[in-house]
Amino acid sequence: MKLVPLWTDVLVWLLVAVLAGYAWYAHRRPHLAAPWRRVSRSNAGMASLVVIGLFAAVGLTDSIHYHPLLPGTQAGAPPVYSVEARSLLDDLLTPLWSRSEKTYSAPLAIRSYSRETVELPGGEVRREFPRLRYGGRHVADERERDRDVVLTVLQGLAWGAMAWATLAAVWVTVLARLRRVTVQTMARRILRRETQVAWIAVFVTLLVAALIVTPVALLAGGYHVFGTDKVGQDVLYLALKSVRTALVIGTLTTLIMLPFAVLLGIAAGYLRGWVDDVIQYVYTTLNSIPGVLLIAAAVLMMQVYIDSHPERFPTAVERADLRLLFLCMILGVTTWTGLARLLRGEALKLRELEYIQAARAFGVRDTRIITRHILPNVMHIVLISLVMDFSFLVLTEAVLSYIGVGVDPTMNSFGTLINNARLEMARDPIVWWTLAAAFGFMFVLVLSANLFADAVRDAFDPRVRVGQAAAEGAG
Amino acid sequence: MIAYITRRFLYAIPILIGVNVITFALFFVVNTPEDMANLALGAKRVTPEAVERWKAERGYDKPLFVNAEADGAARLTDTIFFQKSIRLFVFDFGNADDGRNIGHEIRTRMWPSLALAIPVFLIGLAVNITFALMLAFFRATYIDFWGVVVCVAMMSISTLFYIIGGQYLVSKTWSLVPISGYAPGIDAAKFLILPVVVGVAGGIGSGSRWYRTIFLEEINRDYVRTARAKGLSELTVLFRHVLKNAMIPILTGAVVVIPTLFMGSLITESFFGIPGLGSYVIDAIQAQDFAVVRSMVFLGSVLYILGLLLTDLSYTLVDPRVRFE
Repeated sequence: MKLVPLWTDVLVWLLVAVLAGYAWYAHRRPHLAAPWRRVSRSNAGMASLVVIGLFAAVGLTDSIHYHPLLPGTQAGAPPVYSVEARSLLDDLLTPLWSRSEKTYSAPLAIRSYSRETVELPGGEVRREFPRLRYGGRHVADERERDRDVVLTVLQGLAWGAMAWATLAAVWVTVLARLRRVTVQTMARRILRRETQVAWIAVFVTLLVAALIVTPVALLAGGYHVFGTDKVGQDVLYLALKSVRTALVIGTLTTLIMLPFAVLLGIAAGYLRGWVDDVIQYVYTTLNSIPGVLLIAAAVLMMQVYIDSHPERFPTAVERADLRLLFLCMILGVTTWTGLARLLRGEALKLRELEYIQAARAFGVRDTRIITRHILPNVMHIVLISLVMDFSFLVLTEAVLSYIGVGVDPTMNSFGTLINNARLEMARDPIVWWTLAAAFGFMFVLVLSANLFADAVRDAFDPRVRVGQAAAEGAG
Repeated sequence: MIAYITRRFLYAIPILIGVNVITFALFFVVNTPEDMANLALGAKRVTPEAVERWKAERGYDKPLFVNAEADGAARLTDTIFFQKSIRLFVFDFGNADDGRNIGHEIRTRMWPSLALAIPVFLIGLAVNITFALMLAFFRATYIDFWGVVVCVAMMSISTLFYIIGGQYLVSKTWSLVPISGYAPGIDAAKFLILPVVVGVAGGIGSGSRWYRTIFLEEINRDYVRTARAKGLSELTVLFRHVLKNAMIPILTGAVVVIPTLFMGSLITESFFGIPGLGSYVIDAIQAQDFAVVRSMVFLGSVLYILGLLLTDLSYTLVDPRVRFE
């Protein structure tokens, strides 16, 4: 196997490294760690963090791509690699993508959605719903299916509960060791909410997740849990693959635009004068072009570019990946203006404060004042807008892909999933499962992102904190 | 006041020039007209003659900035930049790929867009403010808590699902209104009810939550405490004092979108088959009609800048403290 780092893969892992570095840095500095402690005390914040973590795990395993080794290579001969790029997630989900049906099938179905002409052994021809190639193949008598599904679900619930109990026990033991108390004391503290971290929320969320994931995983071994789409692909697989696209759009866009927004915003507010005029002019101009139209125009132009330079995009996966990266960039161009304006306002306020005036009086250079004195004091704004933008971007991707200016049509994303499914609403009986899967995944992801963003904002925004303190003092 | 308005109009000119240059760069410099012709004609049937004809039909066969072959003023006017970009300033949009005049299309398609966008805007504003006021009235109770939970949940649902769900339930299952389509005049109502309801419902989550924050910020002010101390009822305080003062931040968000209502809503119009400007843009994007997209980018920017101007002016109307020099 040969690794193929796609552009977005590299950036995603870079982002992970940056986050890890920030965590390590903030952990050792009390003033940076304090707001995060407040996040960790929030039930909604911790529960949503667990859910986001699960999504991130799916997205990260889908961000290691490689060319698999082709079978049948002679010993000693140079290895031959397949041209398709496969990800680690594809490997884990091999049973899902390798067993595709002919066309639509309902969730957990064992017969096809559409009739086919079947020739019976006696030469008689009949129109019937044929058995699926893979879905429910292990059930010999179809009346047994319901019983089989219920048994599998029960088995999954049992496994899930057991896995959760083991994990929880290990975790509590580790915590107890770290705090140098007995396991019983630790468990009692957690149940009485006497800990710094809202562990109850974490464990309850993990339990719910385990009770959903394991039955689905067990069922997915024999059935298509969310049915199949028009060409017979398993919808659960498509939805899981879409998670990476959503995460990439939600995080890389902000990562790409961040340097511009921070640099230009602070420069405009701190330096004022003609620099301020120019930067304000640039972002007002960009801002006044309607976002969707600017994106549409840019993506149309990129399509022209890709079509006229096919030699620069060797494989479909790489083309789709570059298109995704480009979409992140153009979304970044349209979203940085909001953050830049906020930072400009804050820098304008900060530069008049006494400690900055004192630094200037001592002759500290402007670059040093910006990096040492202004930047740390606007970081909370950056962080808040970073988490707030995420859910907006995930929702935008779906809309853009629907219009046809989003990700490459060959790339799995919630937008393409909805777009392919919505035409089937007119069928009777209705093909609802693709939409249901996209809705469920997107709703859970965006909801937890929104809840997490709220927890972060409450912890970091000084205005909210002052308000709370006042309310507590009054109450 | 008049001096202020004039100055604001003058400020808008460099911004419009910037928008114009950006769109020009995006459409003609990043990719040459040859590339566009190749894409539009399809890879297989491309002959140099076909490309030339395609370019000539659209007026893309001229040089970008300076026409060396022409004389006098035509050196500058007989170019793509002048013909395609400068003319946008007088709202001369030229023709679409299907030969129709874009300006005429905009004038006819604007009405269905407005028929949908104005009710969504007004009803949405009323519903959101009412809901937010209710949450503020019941602040720090279970009603407020669950109201916010509902808001966050509604925010987390993509617009696409509101539309698909509405069409499925109301039109397909209950057969109350047609799934999509449009008729001029009074008949439009039956086609517009569902899109308006869907548009309002889709905005409740983020709108109400935002207004609730504004109300709560206002509700802890000293003048509100004074009003309560005078013995006014909580409802009077909310409507007579808090709502009036909260109108300033609400206006900032609301007035700026009024001019852009002309542009219509891309997604809703295309799902419900309403022949407005939104579906015009979507059709143009899908047909890769660059002339239409370029015109709409420019028109959208003009309307947005107009919205910013209106916002500033509306401040003077609602907040007597604001005076412009």
